[in-house]
Amino acid sequence: MEFLTRDMLVLSFAALMGIAIMAYVILDGYDLGVGVLLPQAKGHDRDQMIHTIAPFWDANETWLVLGGGILLVAFPIAHGIILNATYLAVLIMLIGLILRGVSFELRVKAPAHRLELWNQMFAIGSATAGLAQGFMLGHFVVAFRDDWASLLFAALVAPCVLSAYTLMGASWLVLKTEGDLQRRAARWGRHALWLTALGIVLVSLATPIVSPRIFARWFSLDRIVIMSPIPLLVTGAVIWLSRWFYQFDADEHDHRAWIPFTLTIGLFLLSGLGLAYSTFPYVVIDQLTIWDAAASTPTLKMILLGVVIVLPPIIVYSAFSYRIFKGKSTHLSEA
Amino acid sequence: MDAVILSRIQFAANISFHIIFPTISIGLAWFLVYIRGQADQQPNGAWDAAFKFWVKVFALTFAFGVVSGVTMSFQFGTNWPGYMKTVGAVAGPLLAYEVLSAFFLEATFLGIMLFGQNKVSPAIYKLSVWLVAGGTTLSLFWILALNSWMHTPAGIEVVDGKVVANDWLAIIFNPSMPYRTVHMLLASAATAAFFVMGISAFRVLIGERGEDIQKTLRMASVVAAIVMPLQILAGDFHGLNTHEYQPAKLAAMEGLWHTETKVPLLLFAVPDEATQSNHYEIKIPQLASLVITHSLDGEIRGLDEFPNLHPPVFPVFWGFRIMVGTGIMMLVMSWVTWWFLRQSSPVPLWLLRVLVPATFIGWIPTLAGWYTTEIGRQPYLVTGILKTADALGQVSGTTIFGSLTAYLLLYAILLSVYVTTVFYMARTGAKLPGHDASQPSSHALAG
Repeated sequence: MEFLTRDMLVLSFAALMGIAIMAYVILDGYDLGVGVLLPQAKGHDRDQMIHTIAPFWDANETWLVLGGGILLVAFPIAHGIILNATYLAVLIMLIGLILRGVSFELRVKAPAHRLELWNQMFAIGSATAGLAQGFMLGHFVVAFRDDWASLLFAALVAPCVLSAYTLMGASWLVLKTEGDLQRRAARWGRHALWLTALGIVLVSLATPIVSPRIFARWFSLDRIVIMSPIPLLVTGAVIWLSRWFYQFDADEHDHRAWIPFTLTIGLFLLSGLGLAYSTFPYVVIDQLTIWDAAASTPTLKMILLGVVIVLPPIIVYSAFSYRIFKGKSTHLSEA
Repeated sequence: MDAVILSRIQFAANISFHIIFPTISIGLAWFLVYIRGQADQQPNGAWDAAFKFWVKVFALTFAFGVVSGVTMSFQFGTNWPGYMKTVGAVAGPLLAYEVLSAFFLEATFLGIMLFGQNKVSPAIYKLSVWLVAGGTTLSLFWILALNSWMHTPAGIEVVDGKVVANDWLAIIFNPSMPYRTVHMLLASAATAAFFVMGISAFRVLIGERGEDIQKTLRMASVVAAIVMPLQILAGDFHGLNTHEYQPAKLAAMEGLWHTETKVPLLLFAVPDEATQSNHYEIKIPQLASLVITHSLDGEIRGLDEFPNLHPPVFPVFWGFRIMVGTGIMMLVMSWVTWWFLRQSSPVPLWLLRVLVPATFIGWIPTLAGWYTTEIGRQPYLVTGILKTADALGQVSGTTIFGSLTAYLLLYAILLSVYVTTVFYMARTGAKLPGHDASQPSSHALAG
């Protein structure tokens, strides 16, 4: 791999980290969202909801380990700074993820009279993890400043991200369930959409305010024209989603049940793209670039070798797994 | 609060809580491979029932392993940023390879193993069971390569205070790696075997008469009876390796303050750091020399050769003894159980009553052994290259105290929930509501 320059290597790992983070927020996003929505349903519907995510949640969470792992091994200096700044939020996120993961198993394996307890723990764990991740995003956007306005902002972003996950979960449920539950999922999606949109607006407004560099990047005359598709597409997706959820009729529209999930993924990708455009090449906004944070060239090459060999099979067997469990998950039974 | 000590306790708490689950699940995954193979040859028989039950226990154990493992992956950076800064060139790729080659594999195929039996062909299903087991073992391979490298670094040079990787084969297959990997694989096999024995014995005791229970009891006891002597042998080889590469750790394990020949084996002693000597020694003359150097008057280097660079003696000395003592107990139990089962007579009640409290006995030598080897490496995080204190981050002692308290509280609750749930599952068997695979849907799930 002698042909690889350091610039190409660092860029590859920045892209890879972006892909891993997007994969995580989309994939674990839908199962965290289903967890948050669990208390809205009752009895049998709850089991149906859990069934939609049961075969996938483990692998979904692995993307967090990969995203965090790439930050740790490829950008170790950034990892130190970011995890130091978000120590408490990371702790809370981890506790949420622990609660959620064990509750998932315990709700069907512990004594039946405890089912309610573990259902609640599953929902609380999911919500806690989502809120903590939202807070981390907010804190990242304000470059980890510690004044009260910055912390307040991060605290505002937290429920918006949770809401985005809820939207993801609701869209997933529309895809994977049918009948009454599907109808209710569409309603949950409609409600979650507005806080999600607010979050996108908040982050979009805050980044140029926090950083003149980001302001210049979006609002210079030529850039406005070139970059305008991103906000326009986001707006379009939000409006389409809102209309779709509003007009949804489970009996008539089921064959198009893939639309909200696809639109929500699009919304996530566009938001991620916009944020990446704002921050690049910084990994801590206006403080630390990917060039300064990256590990040594031989280290990056060694990791890239593993990525090139192993990532394609991962994508293939993940796709295989989704194909096995495609369609409505009404008839899922544990081995 | 001393941030170094608190960070170490927090790391130890996290990794101790984590490792007890993979220690069961790696061995259990291979038991499931065997059970699946038997079940495929005799469809709808006792082995199928055994698979149905144990795959659920595996799922529970694996989930605890995953969530504590995710926590683990954040511990490297949060409390020990100096670690990645100094040895990232080695640790980075090895950790990345673990995530990429093992974590996705086991997590994805676990989904198929748990929920895909009616959706894929028997061949693909069997392959999934194999891949889950392979994934867990691959994960053990990478993390032990890294851990062993921290004990016996090789294949690198240090440039400007940072490690540069020169020879990856030498890094991965560093001097202690084969010994440690084998030792841990056998530990997992033994821990899982006692786990299966204990739960099966419990099910017999509460009056379950299923043939599957007898089969898993026999399977696990055979494995335990074979694995335990192998493990003691592997431990002995590992000790020789420690003698060669980490003499300070070995001296602490033996409680040997001064370099000597004809070293006695201490059965009991209270090592005293202040006086550099032991109190209340009970010893067998020359035995340590014999075990370590395979010669009755072999010389072993004492702690006095490593002034200020040797580990605290008391925990290493006693960690080692707890590991060996429990290991010998497990050897005896496994052979007695096997002896009774070989006679094809029913296992006597008293033995079943011994096996039940020994369900989790494998955790004791596993943890004691890890404490011995990890504390034994101190004051280094990476032998000769990086001291633990130099890897510490900027997080204040008070913050760590808070997070440590939260973790300990959560882990204490979860550990008791895990143990009680496993026994609850043993009591209700495969008849858990909603778990009957013969039903097309799981409407029976309690609402």
